[in-house]
Amino acid sequence: MNNSIHDVDILLVEDNPDDAALVIRELKKNRLANNLIHLTDGAQALDFLFCRGEFSERKIEDKPKVIFLDLKMPKIDGLQVLHEIRADHRTRLIPVVVMTSSKEERDIADTYNQGVNAYVVKPVEFDSFSKAVTELGMFWLLVNQSPK
Amino acid sequence: MLTSGVVLFLTFTSFLIYEVITFRQTAVRQLSIQAKIISSNSTAALAFDSREDANEILTALKAEPHIVMAAIFDKEGKLFSRYPLNYPASNLPVASFKETYQFEGAHLISFEPIVQNNNVLGVLYIKSDMTAMYERLQLYATIAALVLTISFVVAYFFSNWLQRSISWPILSLAETARVISEKKDYSVRATKIENNETGLLTDAFNQMLSEIQVQNEQIQLFNQNLETIIQKRTQDLKEANKEMEAFSYSVSHDLRAPLRSINGYSKILLEDHGEQLGSQGVKTLNNIIRNGTRMGQLIDDLLNFSKLGKQSVNRVQLDMNAIAYTVCEDAKGQHTKEVDIQINTLPVVYGDSSMMRQVMQNLVSNALKYSQKKDKARIEIGSYQENENPVFYVRDNGAGFDMQYYEKLFGVFQRLHGQNEFEGTGVGLALVQRIITKHQGKIWAEGKTNEGATFYFSIPIDVGEKV
Repeated sequence: MNNSIHDVDILLVEDNPDDAALVIRELKKNRLANNLIHLTDGAQALDFLFCRGEFSERKIEDKPKVIFLDLKMPKIDGLQVLHEIRADHRTRLIPVVVMTSSKEERDIADTYNQGVNAYVVKPVEFDSFSKAVTELGMFWLLVNQSPK
Repeated sequence: MLTSGVVLFLTFTSFLIYEVITFRQTAVRQLSIQAKIISSNSTAALAFDSREDANEILTALKAEPHIVMAAIFDKEGKLFSRYPLNYPASNLPVASFKETYQFEGAHLISFEPIVQNNNVLGVLYIKSDMTAMYERLQLYATIAALVLTISFVVAYFFSNWLQRSISWPILSLAETARVISEKKDYSVRATKIENNETGLLTDAFNQMLSEIQVQNEQIQLFNQNLETIIQKRTQDLKEANKEMEAFSYSVSHDLRAPLRSINGYSKILLEDHGEQLGSQGVKTLNNIIRNGTRMGQLIDDLLNFSKLGKQSVNRVQLDMNAIAYTVCEDAKGQHTKEVDIQINTLPVVYGDSSMMRQVMQNLVSNALKYSQKKDKARIEIGSYQENENPVFYVRDNGAGFDMQYYEKLFGVFQRLHGQNEFEGTGVGLALVQRIITKHQGKIWAEGKTNEGATFYFSIPIDVGEKV
């Protein structure tokens, strides 16, 4: 995992350290976590994306290839983060994948209304979970082409 | 009042007309008797041409003051005798030999032929003054009119009295009833006018009103209480529902995360340090993972079950054949052992597409699960008609169940087999029952230990497009 804030492929926003550790482990196994940064709440994520506070040295043009975003987080929740990303023309094209425990219809509808690119329910069963994370990493970093 | 007036008037008028007619008839009869007597008396005078006798006979008419004149003509029509004797001959009428009685103004005139042995000897003329008679009749009419007027006045006062004592109280009762039914105000009371039968009626009416008023107040009070209770209950329910939603949301989010960690870290331990743990350690870790996974399955099933309560049934026409076919294909794909599945022709029903698919899926996967230990697992899906509604069934030749525990079959988290025998959470059949109940349908089952089970369900066909 690279801690540089300037060259980021995956921005993982996840408040649960265990979930984050499992995701990172799976991505690492597939060598997809080289340029990954993990932030633990929505406020931090927005500071990072809009180069504020501790991330003021960042350039906003250095967009991550994909954001893995949890929904239920302290301070600012995932839906609000998604809203602000989509509201600003500089960040609105960044692919965002919501990764959450929630299967609630309401959450799925709300995030799609805000323009999410994918909605993934984190499986409890570990094999399914690791498979899902690997496929997501592969797809968004290697298969998918995003606008520059 | 008007009626009695008209009746009285008609009675008196007809009475008067009758009087006039009988009076005239009597006058004619009396005069004709007199004329006949005189004419028969006059036959001798005429026969012997004795004017003196004739004059004498006629003069006897003095006793009858209403006879103003009389005359006897001979058979040639010449005046033979007259009464009074000085009556001017020029005022006499021409003799008529036909028997005639007729009224001329206030006079009754008669010609009575004088006949002897069929020989006409002459004719008798009598003129009778009817004035006196008419005066009597007039008096009669006056009295009648007076009686009529008095009767009328009496009838008027009598009917007034009747009205006051009968009609008014009844009319006032009717008016009160109208006002009450219009304004729905049961505090209105009818006024008691007199202390008689209608007074009693008014009292009874008022008493009835009092009772209605009291009952109404009680009903209103009861309704208000009920409304307050309903409002409170609705509020409670809303809060409970909200809490329930928050609860299931939290279950869905927060219960899964630690489970994922337990499973995940166990798996990491297994992958990274499995060799150091030894076979006992690996077995223990696998037990942890299996239970964690099962816990996750329980949470998912429970959430599905509680979600179903909120979902509304969206009825559409369903091809049960297609549903059964795809469900069986999917199930077979996940099943390792060979199984003989027979799908009979199934009718179309109206139901919620995803819910009915879930029903078929749960029943088929149950049938597969419980027949997996048989050498030749056999599953049959079919239907039959019962009271217009099709009944569907899913039959297997698997482990079956003891009818003794039938009550537990559809209970949430209730299982009739141990976890080590057949896996499961005990939500599947409860979910199926809930879906069928939401469709206003019926579900039941038959089974025998080790001889298989049959699950039946039917949903009403006549609800059509209704939700």
